[in-house]
Amino acid sequence: MTTVKIPPVLRSQTGGDAEVSAGGSTVGDVLRGLAETHPGTRAQLFAESGELNRYVNVYLNDEDVRVLDGLETPVSDSDTVVILPAMAGGAR
Amino acid sequence: MATVAESIEQVKGRIEEIDPARARQEIERDGALLVDVREPYEWDEAHLAGAKLAPMATVRDRIAELAPDHSRRVILLCRVGNRSARAADTLGAELGYENVASIAGGIEAWRDAGLPVIEAEGLTPEQRMRYSRHTLLPEVGVEGQLKLLDAKVLLIGAGGLGAPSAFYLAAAGIGTLGLVDDDVVDESNLQRQVIHNTERVGMPKTESARMSIEALNPDVEVVEHRGRLGPDNILDIISGYDILVDGADNFPTRYLLNDAAVRLRKPVVSASILAFDGQISTFVPYEGPCYRCLYPVPPPPELAPSCGAAGVLGVMAGVMGLLQANEVIKLAAGIGEPLIGRLLLYDSLGTRFTELKVKRDPDCPICGDAAPEIPESELGKFPDYEAFCAGTPVGA
Repeated sequence: MTTVKIPPVLRSQTGGDAEVSAGGSTVGDVLRGLAETHPGTRAQLFAESGELNRYVNVYLNDEDVRVLDGLETPVSDSDTVVILPAMAGGAR
Repeated sequence: MATVAESIEQVKGRIEEIDPARARQEIERDGALLVDVREPYEWDEAHLAGAKLAPMATVRDRIAELAPDHSRRVILLCRVGNRSARAADTLGAELGYENVASIAGGIEAWRDAGLPVIEAEGLTPEQRMRYSRHTLLPEVGVEGQLKLLDAKVLLIGAGGLGAPSAFYLAAAGIGTLGLVDDDVVDESNLQRQVIHNTERVGMPKTESARMSIEALNPDVEVVEHRGRLGPDNILDIISGYDILVDGADNFPTRYLLNDAAVRLRKPVVSASILAFDGQISTFVPYEGPCYRCLYPVPPPPELAPSCGAAGVLGVMAGVMGLLQANEVIKLAAGIGEPLIGRLLLYDSLGTRFTELKVKRDPDCPICGDAAPEIPESELGKFPDYEAFCAGTPVGA
């Protein structure tokens, strides 16, 4: 099972968990597995076309999957997938 | 009993003394180690390039670390050549260093010989005291401190990130600090915005921050920009600064700042915070990615709650603000490795840092290879970010 790091804004959809495990042989499989287990994450991760939403960055370990093979990037059990949306908090 | 003068002569009889010109040749050409045994305050006033500071009282302990190899050529320096002679005697006779010399006449003879000395002429006596813990660091030194005093840094937001960042940058002696904020101090700010205080609730944040900074360090000139950055004023405001610090609380400002900064080639130290988590990266236009390379489009509002709505751990805001200040100091002094092409995540609940790689996007609409320079006539005519980010989820 691959470890998936859940950003604060999605933790309400994972019962507060900051890390969950999901199975699959590609980044896409893992994220679809996550959306299966935690359906609240689906709309925030995927567009209706099945593509990743542009505003969600996904990293395999420390590398952006956009510079790898995107959702087709293969993963192994020792990998960590990081989901990272932009945050804007700062001043107020 | 021998007088001090006699004993110094006796010591000098036992050790090797060399003149400054020969010492310089050995240091520069042959790689001899130069150790300055004077006190830190003397070092602050003037020292030699490449020298290591190890005051008399510490040289015995420090030398093993500076010169692990006892056969290494070690050249010692003090003010007039007496302390360095005694140190040479100690190193040779007691510690077994085989190849030690003392510079005859010390740094005074060196200077008299017309050889180069790094003088602290840009620092006043008060500044030498105030910044002594900086100037003692070889990586900073007087030269680095002068760069900080010369630096002009603009902080966007004088809040959760800007407050700690501005406070420490002021202490560090950043010569000009610009503050952009349109808000007033609220009681709910004081859990983290340490530059403000209880008595100043209701006061504009830029004014409150200016008061704290002026009380902390009179060297700093504070420029208040009371208002918000918009397409109409951003180029005017940022053009006067060397480094921009993004602690904005909204996406429109972050994209606007990015686009203007890329256009004027200004580095942006960008951080954001929410709840227990923070992110920081340093965007140096064309050297690394820009904010749009990292985040091509903003998230929809439901994925981008504000700290006001979601809460934020005050201390975590401080950590991130100080990481920003740290980046600014490095950029201004030209030292270390800035977070260019790296995004650092801080999870304060787990006390974990995660570093992610960020690459330049060749298709980036702002800094990509094909991105057109906006013509002069269109300067300031940025897209309408307020509408862009206002509501409807932005799909793929």
